Amino acid sequence: MKKEPINVREALASIRKGNFEEVVMGYSEGQALEEAARCIQCKNPACIAGCPVGIDIKKFISEITKKDYAAAFATIREKNNFPSICGRVCPAEYQCRKACVFTKKGSAFASGEAINIHFLERFIGDYGMNNSVDMPEASDNTLSKYKVAIVGSGPAGLCCAGELARYGIKVTIFEALQKPGGVLRYGIPPFRMPRDVLDFEIDYLKKLGVDFVGNFIIGRTKTLDELLVEGYSAVFLGLGAGIPSFLGIPGENLCNIYSANEFLTRINLMSAYKFPEYHTPVNIGKKTLVIGGGNTAMDAARAALRLQNMTMKASDTTIIYRRTEVEMPARRLEIEHAKEEGIKFKFLMQPVEFLGDENGFVKKMRCLECSLGEPDSSGRRRPVPIEGSEFDIECDIAVIAVGLKANQILISVTPELKTDKYGDLIVNKETMETSIKGVYAGGDIVGGEGTVIEAMGMAKRAAKGILGHLKTKSS
Amino acid sequence: MKILNKEMLLDAGGVRIGMMTIRSPEIASKARPGQFIVLMASEKGERVPLTVVERDLSKGTIKLIFQEAGLTTKILGAMKAGDSLYSLVGPLGHPTEIKKYGKVIIVGGGVGIAEIYPVAKAMKEAGNHVTTILGARSKDLLILENELKSVSSEFYVATDDGSYGRKGFTTDILEELLGKGRYDLVYSVGPIPMMKRSSMVTKKFNAKTIVSLNAIMVDATGMCGCCRVTVGGKTYFSCVDGPEFDASLVDWEELMKRNKIYDDKEKHICKLNIPKI
Repeated sequence: MKKEPINVREALASIRKGNFEEVVMGYSEGQALEEAARCIQCKNPACIAGCPVGIDIKKFISEITKKDYAAAFATIREKNNFPSICGRVCPAEYQCRKACVFTKKGSAFASGEAINIHFLERFIGDYGMNNSVDMPEASDNTLSKYKVAIVGSGPAGLCCAGELARYGIKVTIFEALQKPGGVLRYGIPPFRMPRDVLDFEIDYLKKLGVDFVGNFIIGRTKTLDELLVEGYSAVFLGLGAGIPSFLGIPGENLCNIYSANEFLTRINLMSAYKFPEYHTPVNIGKKTLVIGGGNTAMDAARAALRLQNMTMKASDTTIIYRRTEVEMPARRLEIEHAKEEGIKFKFLMQPVEFLGDENGFVKKMRCLECSLGEPDSSGRRRPVPIEGSEFDIECDIAVIAVGLKANQILISVTPELKTDKYGDLIVNKETMETSIKGVYAGGDIVGGEGTVIEAMGMAKRAAKGILGHLKTKSS
Repeated sequence: MKILNKEMLLDAGGVRIGMMTIRSPEIASKARPGQFIVLMASEKGERVPLTVVERDLSKGTIKLIFQEAGLTTKILGAMKAGDSLYSLVGPLGHPTEIKKYGKVIIVGGGVGIAEIYPVAKAMKEAGNHVTTILGARSKDLLILENELKSVSSEFYVATDDGSYGRKGFTTDILEELLGKGRYDLVYSVGPIPMMKRSSMVTKKFNAKTIVSLNAIMVDATGMCGCCRVTVGGKTYFSCVDGPEFDASLVDWEELMKRNKIYDDKEKHICKLNIPKI
């Protein structure tokens, strides 16, 4: 008889909406064992192909059922250096869980019955973290004489660093901000990824010998050429998609209209939710609108709602999306959590203008109603604004979360780096080498906006490319 | 990020302007006139942009000048030689386009005088005839007078109260000069009203005018859009697209309003007795 999926423990919505503590509390050992026992260990498991880094899911789940958690940890770490991160942020319902045999055929995302692979991964990641399980180093140390520079300490950079450091390669990560982690630090709020988890995963790299240099912008503080001249045998660019897109509508520069990047950076990186203990402010509105339907929109809305509850004991935060709930690219879990916490959703609305007061602060957003038309290139039905359907929504904070573009700081001063029409780097798909020999890239700077695990998948390929490059050098 | 030297350039009439020399060989080797850095005074601090006023390649140092206004600049004011900043990154923004223009007028007001100094110096070295106009509320609020005098072909001062130089605004002198002769470039940095007035004056004479904008920033690498400004009807990020823009195209009203977004919060945090490190 098929067993019911094991629900994960979560903080109560009524409490968590007023703090930045982690929402999902993870499986207990008993729960993990019960959930792992649900896996039928398919002869040809589709879940593994559904994972962008190809974790041997079947094997690690089987190891859990045998209570051999250290083995499960090793199995995951073989393909993924950061199980505690990915177990928390992977959109598993679009990846491994969607491929699970328990997901109904043709479903847009995983069925509820699909094995909760991500929660099991997190259980094992946290087990490794809490029990200091170390990973064996690679036996091949012939490459340890080489130095590799990594630009950007987001998911791609961290992953590539981990892969290379295992071979004894001296890796230095250059990061523009004051703390490592990239989008994991400035983009993903602590209630989704506690800072001690992020710090642990980064400390793991430090233990492997990886050097972090913060406050250092390749392209400004030093050029790419200088790095190569200084004796780095290869460079990996994990520059990220750091430039926020705006809507391009009138009134968008009114005060208290934020890009999601700014809003979240103030809160996550600069700890504005602890103002004035931390000195960076963020404004908190009585009525906050968040425009967009992705994970960033969910994060921004849930952060805004928490700030409202913390300061006013009440909240009014609404997500405005052009399409409907089915088309939202956000993780289903985040949408559910947002609803539980009291976020309102308004679908089929397209902002056309912001209106402000005499001091330049936003007061209203003007919208058009939409209907859904034919599917577009993304396969999602295109929103079609309805003429004459104009109406206004009051707001005193608006957060724009409609996507990001490639970070251009390094690219703009390095014309030898070839880019496509989106400003993303063009690479050899197999080795991830850019148009400059010995310079590799991965993550959002190559693929445009993607997930943490997709970035890691590319970084792993790039690490292989770099290892190959170093081997030809040494032979 | 160690502070090697720190002194108060002035402390009068409630205005405190400090200057610090910081060790940072990498930034010193890269910084060009017009560029800035972002610093955090402490781990809990804000990221604040400041112009690189001077660099010393042989010593690997940069010089920063700041006026105490918000909490961070007050903390900076309380820091001493031997203290370290929590973080320092740069150089950021586009450098000023330094070349031989011919006759250049450089206008600086208040603490903006610190920002025009490296530009005036570089313009002089590039062979330009440099006319400098400095403005302050009164004589005791004027900084870097001798430094600027030494890099200027012609030199004027305007004070609001007439305690030194001409009584009036920098723009009065600017208008007079432009009325008498042809200039190839005007470069102006100071309080927004001064830059706006400069722009209105130079527009009349069709004189190309560059301003360096002081929008609020967070990461200052193009990631947040906090510093967005409207120039010629288009939105730019002053951190990566600027900080310099054609003065005649800047939407000054918008910039002025956006720079007040956190006034309430700033007042609040400045009232609290936060230890200055």
